[in-house]
Amino acid sequence: MPEINAEVISLRVRNHPGVMYHITGLFSRRGYNLEGILCGQLGNGETSQIYLLVDNNGVLPQMMKQLDKLQDVLEVSLLDSCDYSLFQRVHELIKVTT
Amino acid sequence: MRYSGAEIIIKLLEQEGVEIVAGIPGGANLPLYDALYKSKIRHVLARHEQGAGFIAQGMARSTGRAAVCLATSGPGATNLLTAIADAKMDSVPLVAITGQVASNLIGSDAFQEVDMYGLTVPITKHNYLVSSADDLLNIIPEAFQLAQTGRPGPVAIDVPKDIQNQQLDIAEWPAAQPDIKQSYPIGENAVKAAVELIAGCERPVLYIGGGIVHSGASERLIELARKNSIPVATTLMGMGSFPDDDPLYLGMLGMHGSRYTNYIINEADLLIAFGVRFDDRATGNIQTFCPDAAVIHVDIDPAELDKLRTAHVSIRADIGVVLDRILPLVERNSRRGWLNRVEQLKERYPFVMPGRHDHYHPLNIIRYLGMKVGPDTIISTDVGQHQMWVAQSYPFSRPRTLLTSGSLGTMGFGLPAAIGAALANPDKRVLCFSGDGSILMNIQELATLADWQLNIAIIVFNNGHLGLVRQQQELFYQGHYIASRFRTSPNFAALARSFGIRGYDLDPNEDPYAMLNDCLYQAGPCLINVPIDGSTNVFPMVPPGKAIYEMIGGEQHA
Repeated sequence: MPEINAEVISLRVRNHPGVMYHITGLFSRRGYNLEGILCGQLGNGETSQIYLLVDNNGVLPQMMKQLDKLQDVLEVSLLDSCDYSLFQRVHELIKVTT
Repeated sequence: MRYSGAEIIIKLLEQEGVEIVAGIPGGANLPLYDALYKSKIRHVLARHEQGAGFIAQGMARSTGRAAVCLATSGPGATNLLTAIADAKMDSVPLVAITGQVASNLIGSDAFQEVDMYGLTVPITKHNYLVSSADDLLNIIPEAFQLAQTGRPGPVAIDVPKDIQNQQLDIAEWPAAQPDIKQSYPIGENAVKAAVELIAGCERPVLYIGGGIVHSGASERLIELARKNSIPVATTLMGMGSFPDDDPLYLGMLGMHGSRYTNYIINEADLLIAFGVRFDDRATGNIQTFCPDAAVIHVDIDPAELDKLRTAHVSIRADIGVVLDRILPLVERNSRRGWLNRVEQLKERYPFVMPGRHDHYHPLNIIRYLGMKVGPDTIISTDVGQHQMWVAQSYPFSRPRTLLTSGSLGTMGFGLPAAIGAALANPDKRVLCFSGDGSILMNIQELATLADWQLNIAIIVFNNGHLGLVRQQQELFYQGHYIASRFRTSPNFAALARSFGIRGYDLDPNEDPYAMLNDCLYQAGPCLINVPIDGSTNVFPMVPPGKAIYEMIGGEQHA
């Protein structure tokens, strides 16, 4: 994983079936890869929290503005300092029970 | 009282002040049409959903208010997509309401099922797949508000048939939302910096786009330009926001701008960019676009600021509000030296009109009609050579008088947009300039036009070609003409008559102007076929990827 330029975008969004499509669409139609996605409900489930691991390639400021324009995105920010090693250990998140 | 989802939609449209909708019914939106049957909203039956979309655009572009188009699921919905994408690219407030198969069938590849929600994600400002009739009470008002506020744009609402039929008890309707004009905080420092840049520069140019039209700020723009003697260039979308006969007006800049316009902009030391987005058609190669000029950029969409060109002062706001702040602080200045230089360039590199006796040159015909009809006449165009000739020679002087597909460049836009404009402005005359390529792309809307007998004159410049394609093949593909010439062409005048519309053929051996007068001075719709030379090109032209000062053609003694 490219560690040097990695950034994590934090999003609070309205929780409904189309929201992930809106967000990933912004990236895919610009040919901008998402290196990692973590997502889960907040509180009563009306909103969700999404963390996107992206490569900071200079288009990032424009992407932040485009994300902010989405109606379903309530808050968007870049995490200043975070330990994003979790993205590298996603396979450990779910334990298979036998 | 009990209402169905469909009745709720129609009731809320009435509440939004909608008087006319355009569309086509089908299996999945029949409940909606049944509700429309009982409403005082007039329905305009288009002959293709794309036509309905552009009719709605014609209403929206000419009035600034969101307009509505309706379609059924599947092909009805996909036929709307081009008009929706066009509205996104040109920031037009549009509300597209489509029927969808019943909720329990979604995802089953049911008859006429298509994922309209998914398809409209990248081409709308926002979109909805409605999951309960109750939600409509929020969704419809929100859709109108989104479409019309900030940077306007299209909103798509996909309504499954069972939701249209779902019954709901409504004791009290939500109060109609007042028009919310969002306001954004404007930093005192930014205003001060902008005023200082204007005061300190020597060769300013106002670079004006569609944002000024949305803001309704053209009067204040004129005031600023005259007070500080700043020449004004507009993009295609900004045309009409500054009067054509004002000496400060430079016309349209960019790929088919006049030589003097592009040269003057290239000499600017300050670009005052209002409601523009530095589109490649306007700037040419962006790296070479006024590299030494400082930039003041005002736009209501923050994502446009610093996107392609980093500004010295960038302000996210409604331009009218910024002008209100700037105007009293900007000093009067006559800028003798700069205006002399501007005049010199205008004289040395004028826009070259064809000879007066070249009666059938489109530029002459457009200019003639422009002088003949009143300044509030609404012009719609299709896309191609004729569109650029209109931009180069029609004397626009009022905002919202030019309706044209600027960014998406959709051939077939002109006729349905003209119909929408005529419906929304029954007191105005509408001219639609088209070409023999474009007009055929939505020719079926002649039937809609015949239904409503609107005052629209369609002028078809007929060169037997896809003219702008042919031109590029001549200039950039060594004359390898492929697929740009039509092997056959219909008789357009007879075609119009077959729809019940007056059709005329201009005779190349006669004076066209007398004939044009005859055609135009009768009420109701008409189509005028104007045969033109198939080898005429649009000049000047900035070749793709070149700087705007590297134009070809259009020299005075060419």
